[in-house]
Amino acid sequence: MTRRPGRPPHPALRSLTRALPVTPATVLLLLFLAGPIAYCVSIAFTDLQLTGQAEDSFVGLENFRTAFGDEAFRNAVWLTLVFTVVSALLGQNTLGLALAALMRRASKPVRTLVGGIVVTAWVLPEVVAGFLLYAFFRREGTLNAVLDWLGLPTQNWLYTLPILAVSFANVWRGTAFSMLVYSAALDEIPKEITEAAEVDGAGGRRRLWHITLPMIRRSIGTNLMLITLQTLSVFGLIWVMTRGGPGGRSQTLPLFMYEEAFQKSMIGYGTAVALLLLVVGSLFSVVYLRLLRTEV
Amino acid sequence: MRPTAPPNRRRSPLRLLLAGALAIAAPGVLAACGSGSGSDPDTVEVSYKQSTDNSVRVMDTFLGDVKKQFEKANPGKKVKLVPIKAPDSEYYTKVQQMLRSPKTAPDLVYEDTFLINSDITSGYLRPLDDYLADWKDWDRFIGTARAAAKAEDGKTYGVPDGTDTRGLWFDRKIFAKAGLPADWQPRTWDDVLSAARAIKRKVPGVIPLNVYTGKPAGEAATMQGFEMLLYGTDGATDDGGDPLYDEKSKKWKAGTQGFKDALAFVETVYREKLGPEVSDALDPNIATRVRGELLPEGRLGINLDGSWLPQDWLPGSGHEWPDWSEKLGLAAMPTQHGQAPGKVSMSGGWTWAIPAKAANPDLAFAFIKTMQSKANAQKWYIANSGIAVREDVAEDPAYAKAQPGIEFFTDLVAHTHYRPAYPAYPKVSTAIQEAMESVTTGDASVAEAAKNYDEELAAATDDQVTRG
Repeated sequence: MTRRPGRPPHPALRSLTRALPVTPATVLLLLFLAGPIAYCVSIAFTDLQLTGQAEDSFVGLENFRTAFGDEAFRNAVWLTLVFTVVSALLGQNTLGLALAALMRRASKPVRTLVGGIVVTAWVLPEVVAGFLLYAFFRREGTLNAVLDWLGLPTQNWLYTLPILAVSFANVWRGTAFSMLVYSAALDEIPKEITEAAEVDGAGGRRRLWHITLPMIRRSIGTNLMLITLQTLSVFGLIWVMTRGGPGGRSQTLPLFMYEEAFQKSMIGYGTAVALLLLVVGSLFSVVYLRLLRTEV
Repeated sequence: MRPTAPPNRRRSPLRLLLAGALAIAAPGVLAACGSGSGSDPDTVEVSYKQSTDNSVRVMDTFLGDVKKQFEKANPGKKVKLVPIKAPDSEYYTKVQQMLRSPKTAPDLVYEDTFLINSDITSGYLRPLDDYLADWKDWDRFIGTARAAAKAEDGKTYGVPDGTDTRGLWFDRKIFAKAGLPADWQPRTWDDVLSAARAIKRKVPGVIPLNVYTGKPAGEAATMQGFEMLLYGTDGATDDGGDPLYDEKSKKWKAGTQGFKDALAFVETVYREKLGPEVSDALDPNIATRVRGELLPEGRLGINLDGSWLPQDWLPGSGHEWPDWSEKLGLAAMPTQHGQAPGKVSMSGGWTWAIPAKAANPDLAFAFIKTMQSKANAQKWYIANSGIAVREDVAEDPAYAKAQPGIEFFTDLVAHTHYRPAYPAYPKVSTAIQEAMESVTTGDASVAEAAKNYDEELAAATDDQVTRG
C-alpha cells in the first residue's frame, strides 16, 4: 500500500486493509484449532459418556478430582515423565547430538550410510515402527534370538520391562530428528573459533563444553521443546507394542486417556485427562523457554 | 497442542474482523451440518463386525448372499455393506461414535446383547415394536431370544440372530498322552485343574488350559472366562440369583465369596503356569490365535470357550479343519464343588438393531426380515456355529445334524445363564477384566483385586452396590 503525501487514510480503515490478508488464515485457525480446543474444554467439565447415559450434565471440577484421586492416573503421569525423560531428554537428545558430532568427522560413505539408516527409522510410519519393535522385543523376537545365540538369558521384554522397551522404541524412532537439528546447528559454528581454541590448546572435551555447547544453546532448547512435545503425545507406538500393559505398566497419559474415553466410554473424564496432559506439556515448555532466555 | 497462534500486534481491528468473519462463517458452517450428506433413500447401509482374521469371512459371505436376495426381491433397492474390522471392544466404540450423528449412523447395526441396554439408554437405537407386530415370523423366535433385546422400558430394540453357550473343548491326542479319559467330564473345578496339571507334567510343550483373562481379551475374558466360573460358585447356585446383580434391591453385588473363588481359579491357572504365557494371554488377538493356531495345531489341551469355534474351521474359512470333531472332545463346565445342577454355561449373542438416527428404518427392517427368514436364519446358525433361536429351525433335523457339536451346545441351554444386561454392565465387565488382569500378572493378590473391584464397581454404578 502506498501512502500518498498529504492525504493519509483514516487510521481505522488502514488497519482494516492491513488485517484483511490474514483474515482467511485466522478464521481457519479459529475454526479448526480454537474450535475443537474450546469444545474439548467444555466437554471436560461434563460427565459425557459414549454409552449408557440418557443425558450428560455439567459436573464442574469432578473429573479433575477423580483424576487426582485415581491411582491409575498417577501411575500414568509418573510413567509419562519416565518415558519423556528417558526417551526424549536422555535418549533422543544425547544420541542425536553424539551422532551429529561424530558424523562431522566421519568419511562421506559412512556419513551417508548412517544418516540414511537413522532417517529411515524416522520416516517410517509410527505403526510400522511400533510393529517392527514389537517383533524385535517379543518373546520369540529378534532380540531374544540374538541373546540366545550369545548364550545370554532371554526374557519377554515387553512383559518384564515394558516402559524401557517402549522408551527404547521411541529413541530408535525419534533420534533422527535431533540428529538433523544438531547437524544443522553444528554447521553454523564458524571454523575460526574452533581452530582458535585448538591453537590455544583446548582439548576435545573443553572445546565441546566451552565452544560447541554454548554456541548451539538455542538449538538445544528448541530441540528439547519439540521432542518433548512429540514424546508426550506418543500413542501409536506404545499402543502397537504393549497397549499400555501389562497391568498398566507402560500406560502413559495418552493411552490412559484413550482407555478412559473410548474403552470405558467416559468421554468427559478422558477429555479432562487430555487437558491435564496439555498442562504437563506447558510446564515443560515453560521450563525450556526459561532456559533459552538465560544468557550464558 | 503446540502454540501456533501468530502474535497479533494490531489488536482492536483484528478482533473486530474476527468477530465479523465468525458471524459470516458460523451460519454457513451450521447450515452445512444441518443439511448433511444424507443417505440415498433406496440404499440400506448395514454395519457389522468383520473378523480380524483375514481368512475368516463367514459373516461377509452370509451378508453378501442376503444382499443379493434382497436386491433381487426389491428392484431398485440397494444394500451397502459397511464392515468394521476391529477387535470387539474397538468395534463397540466405533459403532457408538457412528450412532451419535445422523451423518454416520448406518441403517442397520450389529449389536452385542451385553451392550445393547447401554446403547438404548444413550438413545442410540429405535424401538422395533411396531415393525415386529406386523412380522409373523417373530412368533417363531423362542421366548428368551425375544427378551434378549428388551429394554427396561418394555420395548424391544433388536432381533437376535442366534445365541451361544460355552463349555470345555479338549484335545483328544493330548489327553491320551496325559493318560486322561477320552470321554472326559470333570465334576468340579479341581477336576479341571488336576487334568491341566497332568497335561503340564506329561505333555511338555503344550498349553494345558486356556482361560481368557484381562482387558485385552475384553468381554471374552469376562464371559468365557470369569463368569463361567462365577456362575458355578456356591452363592450363584444356592439361591439361583445372579451372582453379580441383586434383582431385589436392584443393586450390584460387591465382595462375594464366589467372586474371590473365581478370581482364585484364574490366579491358580496363571501362577502354576497352566495357562498360556501371561504375555500371550494379554494379547488382544488371543481368541483369534486360539481358534486359528493353538487348537488346530494341537498345542492347547483344554480350552474354556464358546460354542461358535467351528465357524473358523468350516470349508472356505481359510483354516479348514473338517475332522475337528474327531480331534477335539467337548465337556460341560462343572460347578465349583460339583453342586447341583452340576453344569454351567453362559449365553449371549448378537442382535440386529436399527439406529435412532438411521435414514431408512423401514428398508432396514425389510432387510432384517429377509435375513432372518427361516431358510436364511438356518443357513446363518450353521455357518457361524450358532445356537438356533427360531423354533422351526431348532426342530429341523437338518439343522441338528448339520454339524457336530450343535447338539452338545444346544443341550447346554438348559443350564445356561444370561448376563445382567443393565446399562452399567459394560463398565462392570471392564472392572472384572481389570481384577482378572491383576491376578494374572501377579500384581495383586485375590483379596486386593477383589477390593479394587469393589471400588471400581461403586464408581461404575454410581454407588448402586450391596455388600452380601
